[in-house]
Amino acid sequence: MSLLTRPTGFRGGLHLDDRKAMSACRPIRIAPVPPQLVLPLSQHAGNPAKPVVQIGERVLRGQTIAVADGFVSVPVHASSSGVVVAIEPRPIPHVSGLSAPCIVIQTDGRDEALAQPEWAPIADPASVDTRSLREIVRRAGIAGLGGAGFPSFIKLSPGRPVETLIINGAECEPYISCDQQLMAEHADEIVRGIRVMLHALDARNCIIGVEDNKLQAIAALRQATADDPDIEVRVVPTRYPQGGEKQLIQTLTGREVPSEGLPLDVGLVVHNPGTARAVWRAVAHAEPLISRIVTVTGGAVAQPQNFEARLGTPMRFLIEQAGGYVHAPGRLLMGGPMMGFALPSDALPVIKATNCILAAAPGELRPDEPAMPCIRCGECQAVCPINLLPQQLYWHARGREYAKARALNLFDCIECGCCAQVCPSHIPLVQYYRHAKTEIWAEERERRKADAARERFEARQRRLEREQREKEAARARRKAELAARAAATPAPPDRGGAAQ
Amino acid sequence: MSRASSPFLPVAPSVGGVMRDVLLALAPGVVLYTLLFGSGVLLNILIAALTCVLVEAAVLRLRGKPLKPFLLDHSALVTALLLGLSLPPIAPWWIAVIGSLAAMLLGKHVYGGLGYNPFNPAMVGFVVLLISFPVQMTAWPALQPIWAPDVDAATGATALDHVRTQLGLQRTLSEIGADAPMGLVAGRGWEWIALAWLAGGIYLLWRRTIRWQIPAGVLAGMTLLALPLWAVDPDRYASPLFHALSGATMLGAFFIATDPVSAATTPRGRLLYGTGIGLLVYVIRTWGGYPDGVAFAVLLLNLCAPTIDRYTQPRVYGQNRSTPDA
Repeated sequence: MSLLTRPTGFRGGLHLDDRKAMSACRPIRIAPVPPQLVLPLSQHAGNPAKPVVQIGERVLRGQTIAVADGFVSVPVHASSSGVVVAIEPRPIPHVSGLSAPCIVIQTDGRDEALAQPEWAPIADPASVDTRSLREIVRRAGIAGLGGAGFPSFIKLSPGRPVETLIINGAECEPYISCDQQLMAEHADEIVRGIRVMLHALDARNCIIGVEDNKLQAIAALRQATADDPDIEVRVVPTRYPQGGEKQLIQTLTGREVPSEGLPLDVGLVVHNPGTARAVWRAVAHAEPLISRIVTVTGGAVAQPQNFEARLGTPMRFLIEQAGGYVHAPGRLLMGGPMMGFALPSDALPVIKATNCILAAAPGELRPDEPAMPCIRCGECQAVCPINLLPQQLYWHARGREYAKARALNLFDCIECGCCAQVCPSHIPLVQYYRHAKTEIWAEERERRKADAARERFEARQRRLEREQREKEAARARRKAELAARAAATPAPPDRGGAAQ
Repeated sequence: MSRASSPFLPVAPSVGGVMRDVLLALAPGVVLYTLLFGSGVLLNILIAALTCVLVEAAVLRLRGKPLKPFLLDHSALVTALLLGLSLPPIAPWWIAVIGSLAAMLLGKHVYGGLGYNPFNPAMVGFVVLLISFPVQMTAWPALQPIWAPDVDAATGATALDHVRTQLGLQRTLSEIGADAPMGLVAGRGWEWIALAWLAGGIYLLWRRTIRWQIPAGVLAGMTLLALPLWAVDPDRYASPLFHALSGATMLGAFFIATDPVSAATTPRGRLLYGTGIGLLVYVIRTWGGYPDGVAFAVLLLNLCAPTIDRYTQPRVYGQNRSTPDA
C-alpha cells in the first residue's frame, strides 16, 4: 500500500473525454423482438452450452434451449417465442472473428412465455438457503454482464469467507452508458439483487463504486440504499481505468489483489450492477437472463441510446432502432474504444457480454497508421495503473523473449490500453502483450504435451527394458537349471563302451 | 501490425511533436547565445542541421526505410541542434560536418536508427571531434554582444577553462572571480545562456515532454560533490552555483541527458542515471584533463542505463515489496 494517498485511488491512468452524454441523454428503450434471434451456445467464459432442442421445435420465452456443460458453463434460454430453424455455426461477436454454434429462432411475434417458469419465484430470498439461490442463478444462465461474461453463480459460491461485495458501477470506458442508465433507472432492482448476493455470499457489507460523473445514478442508488446500513454508495473519481476490478478495489479498500490472484484472496467479490439486477429478476420473478442493456452509440448512429435488448438480437436491428446510420461506420466495435474489439460486420447477435455497440463515424477513432520505433520516453510507464514497464515488455514481446516478458510481470497486465493511448510512436502495445500471452500459453500447452509424450516414451522404454531383463533372467535361470540338472545326473557312460 | 486491436481512441502525442517541443524549448537559449557570441552559433547549427538531415535521408534510403515519417520526426534536427550548440562558435565549418557525420552514422544509424541507439548521438559526434581536433574544439570566442562587440578580442577563455588555468597558477577563486571572463557567479554571458537553457527545461517539464528525475539527478549529483568541497575550501573549489551555470550543465541536464532513447527509463533509474552524470561531470571538470565533462559523463552513463533499469524496476500492483527475481 502506498504511503501517499492518491487522489484518484489508483496509480497512473488517464483522463479521457467520456463521450457518454451522446447515449445517456435518452432513457433506456425496450427494443422490439427482432424477426430472428441468433443465440450462440457460448456467450460466457467456459464450456459452450449443449443444445436440448431440435430444429423445427417451437420454443417459448424463458425456455432452456441449451444446458450447461460442466461446471464452468451456464445454460442458454429462448429470449422470445418462435421456431428453432437452425442449429449451426454462425459468426459471433468474438475477438477471433470466427463462427461458433448458435441456435437460430424464427420469432412468431407473440412473445409467449412459458406457462410455468422453470423454477419457482422466491418472495423472500433471505429465508432461502444459499445453495438454492446459487442454483437459481446458475439455471437462469447469468454470466457477468460487465463484459467478461464469467458465470455468476461461481462468483457467488466462493468457498472462502467474503468480507465485502463490491458492485462495480464505475463504468470508466468512454461512450458506454448502459450501467449508468441502469443504475439511474433501476436502482431498486439492483439493490434488491445486492441483498440476494450478500445473502448468497454470506458477506458483511457491500460497497457500490460509482464514478463522480454519473450524478443521476448516484442519486438513485443513494435513495434506494437510504435505509440499508450494509450497502454503501461510494463516489470515486472519474479516471480511466477506475472500473478495472483491481483499480476499483484499490480505490475503495486500499487493498491490492495479489499478482495473478483473485479479489477473493483479499476477501472481496466484485459484480456488475447489471448482474445484480439479473440475479434479482431470476430469484424474485423466476426470469432467466434473456435480455440486457446495450449502449448503441457512436458518430455513425442517428440517435445513440440505450436499449434493453433480447439476447440474440442482430446488432443491425438495434442500430436501425436507433435511427440507423448517418454515415457508413468508419469502425464498428463491441465494448468501448479502450478495451473493446473490432467487429467485421453488424450482422452479429447481441450476447450476454455485449455492453456496447460503437459505430464510429469515419475519423472519429484512430486511423490505421504505421508505428514509429519506441523512443523509450517512458510515458507508458507513467500511466500504467499496474506500475509495469510497458516499453520493456514491448521490447521483449517484440523480440519473442517471452521468459523475460514474463519476469517483468506480463501476466499482471490488465490490457487497459493506457500505455498505447499515450505512446508518441503510436505502437499498438496491448496487441503485442496479448500476442505474447497467447504465445506463452501455447508454449506451455506444447510443453505439457511434450512432457506427456516423453513420459509415455520413458514408461515404454522402462517396460521394454524390464521385459528384456526378465527375459534374460528367465534364460539365465533356465540355463542354470539345465546346468544343475546336468551336474546332478551321473555322467553318461562311454558311448563306445555302451555299444559293446 | 495493423491496428486491429484496442485502444481505438485517437492519440494526440507523436514523436514529431515531442521533438518539436524540444526544438521550441531550445529557441530562447539559441537566440541569446547568438546575440552574445555572434552568428557563428547559428552557422554551426545550420551546417549541422543540413548535414544531419542529408545523412538521415541518405541512410534511410540505403536501408530501404520510408523517408517521410522518419524525416518528419525531427529527431535529426534535435541531434543537429544539440551538437551545433556544443561546438565553439568560431570553429571551422568542417568541424560541424564531421561531427554530424559521426553523430548520425556512428551514434545513430549503425545501431538501427531512431530508437535503437544506446548512446546519445550528439555526444558521440562531440567526443569524436574533441578527441580528434582538440585545437579547434577548445578555441572559444570572447563575449561579443551584438550591442557592444569587443573588436579586439577574437578568442577568450570560458569560465571553466579560466578557473582551471588560474587555479594551476596558485591563485585563489576569490582573486579569479574579478577577472574579465567571469560574470556574477560563472562565466560572463555564459551564465545568462545557462539560465535560458534552464527556462527551456522548465518549459519541457511543464509540457511533460521530459520528467524531473534526470535533470534533478544531474544537478543533485553535481551538488553532492561541489557543496561539501566548496564549503571546506572555497578558494580551491568553485561553488555549486558556479558549476550549475557553467559549461554545458544546464543544456546537459535538461536537453542532453534527457534524451530518452539512451537514458534509463524507470523513474528511480532515471534519478540514479542523472545523479551519476552529475557526479561524473564534477569529477571530470575538477580533476580531469578536459574543459567540461558533460559529453563523457552522458556517454558513460548511457553504458549503464540497461543495468540501472534492471535493478530499479518499480513494484508492480499486487506484488510483494521484495525485489522481483528477474
